[in-house]
This record gives sequence, C-alpha cells and structure tokens, in this order.
Amino acid sequence: MNPVPDIFRILPEVILTLTGVAVMLIDASLPPAFPRRPLGWVAALGTTLALWASLWQLSLPVGTGFFSTVETSPFTVFFHVLICGIVLVALLLSLDTLPEDSHHQGEYYALVVFGAVGMCLLTGAVELLLVFIALEISSISTYILAGYRKQTGRGPEAAIKYFLLGSFATAFLLYGVALIFGATGTTQIYEIAHLAPTAQNHSLVLAGLALMLVGILFKVSAAPFHVWTPDVYEGAPAPVVALLSTAPKAAAFALLLRVVYELFPTLHSLWSPLLWIVAVLSMTVGNLAALRQQNVKRMLAYSSIAHAGYLLAAFAGLGTSGIAAASFYAAAYAAMNVGIFAVITLVSGYDEDLPMVEDYRGLIYRSPLLGSLLIFFLASLVGIPFTGGFFGKFYSFSAAVDGGAVALAIIGLLNSGLAAAYYLRVALMTAQPSAGKNAEAAVPTPQVGVAVGAALLMAVAATLILGIVPGEVLRAAEAGAHTLQAPPSPQSVHGLGIERRPNP
Amino acid sequence: MSSLFSMEIPITWYLLLSAVLFSLGVVGFLIKRNLITVFMSIELMLNAVNLSFVTFAHQWHAVRGQIFVFFVMMVAAAEAAVGLAIIIAVFRARATLAVDRIDLMKL
Repeated sequence: MNPVPDIFRILPEVILTLTGVAVMLIDASLPPAFPRRPLGWVAALGTTLALWASLWQLSLPVGTGFFSTVETSPFTVFFHVLICGIVLVALLLSLDTLPEDSHHQGEYYALVVFGAVGMCLLTGAVELLLVFIALEISSISTYILAGYRKQTGRGPEAAIKYFLLGSFATAFLLYGVALIFGATGTTQIYEIAHLAPTAQNHSLVLAGLALMLVGILFKVSAAPFHVWTPDVYEGAPAPVVALLSTAPKAAAFALLLRVVYELFPTLHSLWSPLLWIVAVLSMTVGNLAALRQQNVKRMLAYSSIAHAGYLLAAFAGLGTSGIAAASFYAAAYAAMNVGIFAVITLVSGYDEDLPMVEDYRGLIYRSPLLGSLLIFFLASLVGIPFTGGFFGKFYSFSAAVDGGAVALAIIGLLNSGLAAAYYLRVALMTAQPSAGKNAEAAVPTPQVGVAVGAALLMAVAATLILGIVPGEVLRAAEAGAHTLQAPPSPQSVHGLGIERRPNP
Repeated sequence: MSSLFSMEIPITWYLLLSAVLFSLGVVGFLIKRNLITVFMSIELMLNAVNLSFVTFAHQWHAVRGQIFVFFVMMVAAAEAAVGLAIIIAVFRARATLAVDRIDLMKL
C-alpha cells in the first residue's frame, strides 16, 4: 500500500535520537575525570548525519507515514535542514565556549540533540497528538538548557520563567486541540481540514483555533505574549540563547504555517486580522523596548520579538508567496541571529563579565575579526542589502503588499528604520576608540577556536548566500509552500477508520 | 431501575466543568505568589483539558481522545519532574519561592 517504509519518513529524528542516547550512555560510562568535550563532536556528527538524511528525504515521494501522523515534503525538509543547521552551529559554538570543568557537559550535548528531535518532529507532524508530543520534547529540553548555569542566581530564574510561561502556553494549545477534536471528532490534520468547514458546532472550531494561536504565539515570542523572552535570554548562557532564539522559533513558525494555511485556510477572515494586529504589536513593542536596553543580550531579545513581527507580516500574503516569504525569513533570521550570538559568546565570555553595550567599546581594535563580524551581523539585522536580513524583510513586506496589507508593510518599514537606531548604537560603540589604556589592558582579547571558527564561518556564509544569491533558497521555500497548500484528498489518507457521528 | 438512575448527565455539564477548572487554573497562575502553587495551577489546566478530551471521546465514540489523555498525563509527569527540579534549583540559589522575589532581571 505504502511503497516507502515508514521509518524513512522520520529518518533524521531517528538519527538524532540515537545520537542523543549514545551521548548519554557514553557520558555515564566515562570516568568522572575524563573530559566530556569529545561528546560534543559525537553530537555534531550525528546532527550532520541528520542534516544529510533530511536532504535525502527530498528523493522520497511526498506523503505520510505511521498511519498518517508524519509527513515528508519539501516543506518539512526545508525546516528540517534549517533546524539541523542551527543545532549544528550551536553545538560547534558550545564545544569551544563551555568551560572544560563545567559539570554535566555530556547532558548538555544530549539535551541539545533531544531538543532537535522535538523541533524536527514538530515540523513534520500532521497529527495533533504528535504535534503536542513534539512540542513538549523540544520545550522540556530547552527549559533545562536555559538554566544550565545553575550556580548563578540568573540561570535558575531564567529556567523557571521559561518553564512556567511555556507550560502555561502549552495548556492553551492543548485546550484548543481538545475543542477542535470536539468539533470534528478527529485529530488528524488533513481530516480536520476537510471536516472543519462543515462542522456542526462552528463556535467550537473558532474557539479552538484562537486558543491554539495563543499557545503558538507564546512559543514564537510575539507580543503581547513576549514577556518571558528578555529574562530568559539574559539569564541563559549565550550559546543556548543562540539555539533557543532560532530553532524552536523556526519549528513553531512551521507549526503556525501548518495550522493557518493547511488546517484552517477557510477561516482566513478570522486569523488574518489577528495575526495583523500581533505583527504590528510585536514590531513596535519589540523595537521601542530595545531602544532603551543597555544589556546587549536583552536588547537582542527585544529585537527578536520585533523580528517575529516582521515574519508575521508575511502571513498577510496570499497562500504560496506568504508561506515562502515566512519560511525564507525564518532561515535568514536564524543565520544572522545565531551568528551574532556566537560573536557575543566570544566577546562576553561564558560567565558574561562584559554584558553591556559599553563593554563593546573599541572591540574592533582589540579583535578586528570579531568586531567586523559583529558589525556584519548587525548590518544584516538592520536589513542592509547583500545580507540575508535584507531579502528576508523584502520578501516578507512584498508578500504583505501582494496580500493587500499595505499599511502593515509601511509600519514594518518604519519599524526597520527605528530598529536601525539601536543596532547602530552597538556598531558605533564597537568602532569607538577605548577610553583609556588601562581599560584596554584589563579586557582580554577573545580567542577564536577551530569549532567556533567553523560555526562563525557557517553563519557568515549562510547570511551572505541568503543576501546575494537568495534564489535557490527561495525556490526551496516555494516548493515547500506548494506542498503545504495542497493537502492530499481524504481518500489517500488511510486514517484509523473512526465513525464520525456524534451521540445524539 | 428508576428513571432517576438511567438519566445521563448531559455532555454540556462536563464541558462546563472543564471550562471552569481551566479558568480556575488560569486565574491561579496569574494571582498566586508561590512557585509551587503556580505550578499546581498549570497542572489543573492540563487536567481540565483531559476532562474535555474524555468527554468528547465519549461523544464521538472515538478512542483517539482517550489515547490523547494518556499522552497528556505522561507528558505532564515528565514536565513535573523537570519543573520541580528547576524549582529546587531556584530555591537553592535564592532561598525563596515567592514569585515577587525572583526578580534579578528587570526592564
């Protein structure tokens, strides 16, 4: 019946899971004094394999496996590759910057990989039960990672805030799923998409969609559900922030795309204005709050809220162009954000002795490489041409204009101008000469190791490729958009054969 | 059998109870000032959702809803393990569980 073995549909996840388990087992069997750093290389190797496996999945025919619960299509492959890439860079970054004597290093690498399993699964899931499990796998791993520096007061504080608000959001998502199940009698996404427009109790569907949106928008840290973001980003170690400001968000945006375009395309009139408002709020609130931040990580946290807003602007676009623009923006944002957090990790140090904007004074003289890289990534975040950030914003806003949301695009452009102010503040500080000779001597020059060098190289290459030759990636995003828009006919979905007749 | 015992409680009542429990959880999350109580409010919300799932599963004769409940309980247990561990880490670092005093990071 199904020519493709089911296991091929989740091959990247299988590889990642095996890697994570292997890392944990090796970690447990090594003598305590043995360095844990090689485990990071094992994790990086497994992630690279998973990345190749995702690319290989392109050769499979589009379809589902495991009783229509997971899908492989260009859309899922796009996000799988993106997430595996981010995780790989984050692992390489951690390899060089985690202190050698930091405890539980093996668990750290295992958790990063397990988190990647959840995020990858989330982008491929077409069954709401699997969506929930995947979301929780990714969330629970990242809750622990956020509190990795548990000796300091801020580590556990970041973890508890992330944990409580994340679980709160999950409960909303789950209630939404329950109501949709109540309205349609199924949790399979294709079946819901066919049944929802004719559901007897339409208000249940509407309430379910609204609650699901609340849950997902929490995860992507869009205003007004963004309150956790600055605290978590400030308290978590910078390599972890590089991961959790990009990968779980990319996965959550993939889920949002699936929910609005595949699950409820008929309710466009409901979710479109909602997302319009959330996009404007996120951009404005994020940028205004970022303007007055003195801590660089906190500033970037607010900037990430603003970027979630720019991405949400793409949802005003019509079908394919909107989905493609949103996917492209997720990739561009990931490339530049991972890059800038890599630089910040090196400059501020693992313990973050130098977290403030003021501490970046004269960076370009102390370390020309890191200084220029910082300015490069800041330029991309501003959206200067020849960087990924430019085309991300360009596609996003033109999708909004095509969809008739001209006002949204204008608000977005004004916000981009506003955002330039705080990015340039950091860039100018980097180029200013140091105040005195003593200050310069006190600050150690950061060292760039092999692994971190590779991570930076990947981030720079991705940002440049997306900014100079974006065609290939955009085509991949468009191919994904097509598959997301055309759910298979109900005949080809071999569901569990449930009766769809409620009790009288 | 008297008619009193054969009478079924309408589905709507279960759903209303579920909605009330969920709202109580939300309110508890927002107004309680102790980390453990806040965490318990989240568990209350999850269990309210479970009640909805079971009710709808009964209404549709669909076993999927009941399976969903098992997974929710399992995940909630995993979440509780991690959450309580984080709460212990917070208590060790700050010697308090009051939400108002977990405020090292502010605007």
